[in-house]
Amino acid sequence: MNRILCGLVIALIAGLGWPQRSVAAPPQASQCAACHGANGMGNQAAGFPALAGLPAPYLRAQLDAFKSKERANATMAGMAAPLTGAEMAALSDYYAALPVAPAPLPPAPPTGPGAALAQRGDWQAGVADGIPSCDSCHGAGGLGVGTQFPRLAGQPAVYLAAQLNGWRDGTRKTGPMGLMAAVARRLTPAQITAVTAYYAALPANPANGAKP
Amino acid sequence: MRHMKLNPRKAMAIALLGAAWLVHPTGAAWAQTPAAATFSPPDEAAMPTGPFGEAVKLGENIFRNTPKYAPQFTGNTLSCDNCHMNGGRLANSSPMWAAYVAYPAYRAKNKKVNTFGQRLQGCFRFSENGKAPPLDSKVMVALESYSFWLSTNAPTGAKMAGRGYPKLAKPAAAPSYQRGQVVYAQNCSLCHGANGAGAAAHGAVVFPAVWGKDSYNWGAGMSAINNAADFIHANMPLGLAGTLSTQQAWDVAAYIDSQDRPQDPRFSGSVAATRAKFHNNAFSLYGTAVNGHVLGAAAQ
Ligand code: HEC
Ligand code: HEC
Ligand code: HEC
Ligand code: HEC
Repeated sequence: MNRILCGLVIALIAGLGWPQRSVAAPPQASQCAACHGANGMGNQAAGFPALAGLPAPYLRAQLDAFKSKERANATMAGMAAPLTGAEMAALSDYYAALPVAPAPLPPAPPTGPGAALAQRGDWQAGVADGIPSCDSCHGAGGLGVGTQFPRLAGQPAVYLAAQLNGWRDGTRKTGPMGLMAAVARRLTPAQITAVTAYYAALPANPANGAKP
Repeated sequence: MRHMKLNPRKAMAIALLGAAWLVHPTGAAWAQTPAAATFSPPDEAAMPTGPFGEAVKLGENIFRNTPKYAPQFTGNTLSCDNCHMNGGRLANSSPMWAAYVAYPAYRAKNKKVNTFGQRLQGCFRFSENGKAPPLDSKVMVALESYSFWLSTNAPTGAKMAGRGYPKLAKPAAAPSYQRGQVVYAQNCSLCHGANGAGAAAHGAVVFPAVWGKDSYNWGAGMSAINNAADFIHANMPLGLAGTLSTQQAWDVAAYIDSQDRPQDPRFSGSVAATRAKFHNNAFSLYGTAVNGHVLGAAAQ
C-alpha cells in the first residue's frame, strides 16, 4: 500500500517535471532537452538515449570521451566541444539526479535468444572465449550496478546496437578494463539484434520489483 | 567453428605453462593443459516436466541463487554458480556433470569414501558457510536431480575432460601479497570492491564477496591458494578470463586468501591447533601471520 502510494507520488512529481532531488538545471540543459527530452528520458523514435538516473561519473566520462573523440559521434562531439569541465560535471549531476518514472514490467517475462543471452550468456566457445550474461555486469533486468555499469533497460534498441557496433569497429573505446569491448567483439549480428530488443522492452524503473 | 581456432590468448597461456615448466623441472606434475571437453550437458529447453522436472528446476534455482532458494542452509551471500559458472555447466569451471559421475570417491579432506550427496554437504558447510542439508532433504534431492540430469549420457566413473579447474603451473616466484595487492587493484576491485565485499544492486548480489563475512569460510576449498589460483586463472576477471599470467593468478590468490573471513567450522578453540590439524600445508595461510595479523584469530 505504502509502496503504491509512494510510486504514485513519484510518478506525479515526474509527470510535472520536478526533479526528485533538487539539482538546479544548468543553462545548457535546455539544448540537451531537444534530443534527450525535458525529463531526460531520451527519444525512442529517434534513438536518443535516456540520461536520467544514470550514474554521474559514467555520464561525465562519456562527455569527456565525446570531446576527446575516444567515443566518436559527430552530434555529441559538437555538443561537448564548448563545455568546460565544471559545466560537464554540473550537467552530469543534474541528469543523474533526475527521477525515472516507474513503469510496469511486461505482463509475461520475455523469452527467446535475447533473454537467454542477457540472463545466461553464451558459453559455447568455452570458459576463456565465452560471453558472460549481460546481467552479470549490468544487474538483473539491466538496471545498472554502481557507478561504472550503466543501466540498459528501456534504452532505444537502435542506440544500444550502435554502441555494441561502436566497440566492435573501434569508434567507441570507453570503459574500465576494456571489459565491454571484449564482450562486444564476441557478439554476432543476430545476437546484437536479439539482446538489444530484449533490453529496450524492459522498464528503466520497474514498478513492481526489480526482477523481470 | 569459433571454438576450434587457437586464439592468441590461449597460445600465450600455453607458452606460460611451458615457461614455468622449464624454471621448475619438478613442477611437471603441476602443469596440466586444460583438456578440450567433449561432453555437452543437455539443453535448458530439454528439461523434463512432471515431478522429476520440478526437482531438476528447483535444483537449478538453488544452484544459481543459493541464498534465496536454500536460505536455511546458507550462511553467506554466495551461490554455487559463483564458483561453478553457468549453472554448473561450464567445462573447466568445475562442472556438475563431470563431478556427478565421479562419486562415490575417497576424500582426504575427511578421510572417508564420500557419496555425491556428502560432497555437496561439504560445499554448504564451507563454501556457503552454512549448514549441511540432510541427505534426504528437499534441497539435497533437488541438487542431486539437477546434477544427475546435467550428466545425462555421461559414462559413470569415466575421467571427464573439463572436470574441476585446470591445474595451474607452479609460479616462478613464491606468491606475494604485495604483488597480489597490485593485481587486485588493477583487475578485480572494480567489481569485487577494494574491501572484497562485492556489490549488490536493487537487493540482489551482482558481484560476490571474495573475503569478509559474506564470503566462503576458512574451511572452503577456495581458501587454499592453489584452488583459488586455478579458479581465478581460468575464470577471472569475468569477461577477460585467461588474461592474467600464471604468476599474477598465484599472487592475487595469495592476496585474497590473506584476508579475514568466517571461521573454519571445524575450529577447536585454538587457531594453532586448528591449523595443525586441518591446514598444515603451504597452500593455506590460516593461522599464519600476515602483516602482523594472525589469520583466523579474528575470524568473523
Ligand atoms: C541533436 C541531438 C542531441 C543533443 C542536442 C544532445 N545530444 Fe547527447 N546524444 C545524442 C545522441 C545521438 C547520442 C548517442 C551517441 C552515440 O551513439 O554514441 C547522445 C548521447 C549522449 C550521452 C551518452 C549516454 C550514454 O548512455 O552513454 C550523453 C552523456 C549525452 N548525450 C549528453 C548530452 C548533453 C549533456 C547534452 C546537452 C549539452 C546533449 N547530450 C545534447 C544526441 C544529442
Ligand atoms: C564483464 C562485464 C560486462 C558484461 C558481461 C557486459 N557488459 Fe556491457 N558494459 C560494461 C561496462 C563496464 C560498460 C560501461 C562502458 C563505458 O564506461 O563506456 C558497459 C556498457 C554497455 C553499453 C553502453 C550503454 C550506454 O548507455 O551507452 C551497452 C549497450 C552494453 N554494455 C551492452 C551489453 C550487453 C548487450 C551485454 C551482454 C551481451 C553486456 N553489455 C555485457 C560491462 C559489461
Ligand atoms: C567460493 C567458491 C565455491 C562455492 C560458492 C561453491 N563451491 Fe563447490 N567447489 C569449489 C572449489 C574450489 C572446489 C574444488 C576444490 C575442493 O576440492 O574443495 C569445489 C568442488 C565442488 C564439487 C566437487 C567437484 C568434483 O569434480 O569433484 C562439487 C560437487 C561442488 N563443489 C558443488 C557445489 C555446490 C552444489 C555448491 C552450492 C551449494 C558449491 N559447490 C559452492 C568452490 C565453490
Ligand atoms: C567484471 C566484474 C569482475 C571482475 C573484474 C572480476 N570478477 Fe571475480 N567474479 C565476478 C562475478 C560476476 C562472479 C560470479 C560469477 C558467476 O556467478 O557466474 C565472480 C566470482 C569470483 C570468485 C568466486 C566467488 C567468490 O566471491 O569467492 C572469485 C574468487 C573471484 N571472482 C575472484 C576474482 C579476482 C581475483 C579477480 C581479479 C583478477 C576478479 N574476480 C575479477 C565478477 C568479476
